[in-house]
Amino acid sequence: MAGAAARDGSTVLRVEHLTMRFGGLVAIDNLSFAVERGTITALIGPNGAGKTTVFNCITGFYKPTEGRIALHRGDAAVWDSLDALTDSGKRGVVRSDGALYLLERMPDFLVTQQARVARTFQNIRLFPGMTVLENLLVAQHNGLMVASGYTLLGVLGFPSYVSAERAALDKARAWLERFGLIERADDPAGVLPYGAQRRLEIARAMCTDPVLLCLDEPAAGLNPRESAELNELLLAIRDEFAISILLIEHDMSVVMGISDHVVVLDYGVKIADGAPDAVRNDAKVIAAYLGVADEEVAKIEAEVGL
Amino acid sequence: MASGAQSGRVDMTGALRDAGFTGLVAFGVLLPLIGFLTGVDGSNQLVLTTRWPLLLAIVAVVAVCRFLYCFAIMPWLARRAQQPIRAASQAWRGIVANWFVPFGIAFLIIYPVIVYLTAGTSGGQKWIDNFGIQILIYVMLGWGLNIVVGLAGLLDLGYVAFYAVGAYSYALLAKTFGLTFWILLPLAGMLSSFWGILLGFPVLRLRGDYLAIVTLAFGEIIRLILINWTALTNGYAGITGIPRPTFFGIPFNANDDGFAATFGLPFSPLYRVIFLYYLILALALLTCFVTVRLRRLPIGRAWEALREDEIACRSLGINTTNTKLTAFAMGAMFAGFAGSFFAAREAFISPESFTFIESATILAIVVLGGMGSQVGVVIAAIAMIGGTEILRELDFLKSIFGPTFDPTQYRMLLFGFAMVAIMIWRPRGLISTREPSVFLKRRKTIAADLVKQGRG
Repeated sequence: MAGAAARDGSTVLRVEHLTMRFGGLVAIDNLSFAVERGTITALIGPNGAGKTTVFNCITGFYKPTEGRIALHRGDAAVWDSLDALTDSGKRGVVRSDGALYLLERMPDFLVTQQARVARTFQNIRLFPGMTVLENLLVAQHNGLMVASGYTLLGVLGFPSYVSAERAALDKARAWLERFGLIERADDPAGVLPYGAQRRLEIARAMCTDPVLLCLDEPAAGLNPRESAELNELLLAIRDEFAISILLIEHDMSVVMGISDHVVVLDYGVKIADGAPDAVRNDAKVIAAYLGVADEEVAKIEAEVGL
Repeated sequence: MASGAQSGRVDMTGALRDAGFTGLVAFGVLLPLIGFLTGVDGSNQLVLTTRWPLLLAIVAVVAVCRFLYCFAIMPWLARRAQQPIRAASQAWRGIVANWFVPFGIAFLIIYPVIVYLTAGTSGGQKWIDNFGIQILIYVMLGWGLNIVVGLAGLLDLGYVAFYAVGAYSYALLAKTFGLTFWILLPLAGMLSSFWGILLGFPVLRLRGDYLAIVTLAFGEIIRLILINWTALTNGYAGITGIPRPTFFGIPFNANDDGFAATFGLPFSPLYRVIFLYYLILALALLTCFVTVRLRRLPIGRAWEALREDEIACRSLGINTTNTKLTAFAMGAMFAGFAGSFFAAREAFISPESFTFIESATILAIVVLGGMGSQVGVVIAAIAMIGGTEILRELDFLKSIFGPTFDPTQYRMLLFGFAMVAIMIWRPRGLISTREPSVFLKRRKTIAADLVKQGRG
């Protein structure tokens, strides 16, 4: 594929023994998987399987009960410092050849700000009363904050801030053109049609310069044509910008069409992990989604280990 | 009656029936309240007197008003709602919107001159002091609170606490250390914003109603400290003899080194009032300038984004804690500036000036004006504070209602009516639309129903 340069076979995200309990409910039970750099990994499973909980743990919205979530960028050699970092009790380590972060130790905003993990939401969360352009500028907040001298230079109108804002506008314009939203740039985000709002949310996430993009059901509510366009966009993001994508999706045309790797969850337990074709024919996955004929129940149960 | 009004037809019988029913309800409600009057006669006996003419007059007024409303006003409103909006009125609105701000600022700058030429020295002092300065203080406070409530969407019911901190900072530091106004003005602002951050920390996790209650409590705590820490604040008696601001070192008094003598003018207290007027005008314009500037900076956009959706903000790497604290600190700072100006102007402050009703007034100005709108706050402040002052001027009403009639007593009643009326016709305030902070091709105003109000 075109993204071969970015795909060096190294791992960008490693989730190990992730467990999340809400009181007595075990939402995720000892889940481990890895996301390879420059690939699209799909996280699927029936409703209530714990997919969004995994997302919330990765992006810092939940503190996992147990487990380690490590995110890496730069040279693969940085992975060697994982155990030292874990023992040190620090949130992350930044070296000249790359960086490594333990996401379970970081508050949500630092996961995006430092580890560069961006996310979207299942129920779209835009700023509806702000224009499309403003939505994209808010996403570039941290860079602009530094450029505005933490507001001081900005209030006084220093040229360094003026040029930084112009650069931010150019970036926003480039993403809007890419996502076909440039005509709506000055409209409030709340009046966009549903499909455009979905795209805007992804564009906004892209404005944070992520290394890992987490999309929670990006194709939900899209018609087949829009979902095919979304596939094209996600492939372009992966191939041109070397960004790894982790997505939750129910639309199998998206999952099977674009993902390089599929992880299947059921009741918080991983039941399959592999290439789309292998997962599609996996008996446990079929059982989880479709159920099984009565005579097969005993056999499948033995296999699943219930 | 409703069906007739909806279609715009005039329904005489319906209106009459409705008026009769309303009159009956009014009679039932007002009979014990107005119809009967209990009192004590000379021998200390309870006597019941009836006031039928008064009762019937009020009931008749209610019924006639209801009839007119059903017969004339409701069909008119229904007809108007069906008409398309005329393009001409839109263009007219555009012209007003474009020219309102420059004309307003120009008017404010020449206002003392106009007043002096029309009302003379003694009358001029009243109009500049009671109208100009008083309204501008509230405009400034409204703009300051607008940062917290309008932009960041954090409901703050204890805003007057920061005003008090600013005022007491100026009063105590000026009296104890003899520091001048120009040094203490930024100092009071800093102390206030420090208290703003101090309040901000414990309430960061709270939202909506809970945030409002805690900020309300904070306002009361500050006031009670001012009352009870008598060693420092002199309690209820307040602080007197606060040094007045000087004209860059030249005091406004009748001495030989005073302002009038220095510039070879006859002495008049008007000079100080005019100086204070321009001072508060400059401070208010500074507040406005900074707020308008901040809206176009990343911090201002982050405030508005916080009001729209806090979780989305966090997913974009925005530190919502710091963002909320800066909003509190920035709002508090302008209240501190206004507070130190207030102390310098009055030369006397006491906890009485910083009661909850002040917080409520400032919040009402922001809400009536339209949250987040700078011009709306000005209009609302003129209406609310100017309205109070106008009531003092309505002496001719005494000749109608008798010498004991005091129009200022009806202030809260009138505000209540005004508030209800505005909330019915313009539920999001006088100017409820939002102007985008940045645009690519065309600045399009954003309708109020899209803009979130924030949940704290």
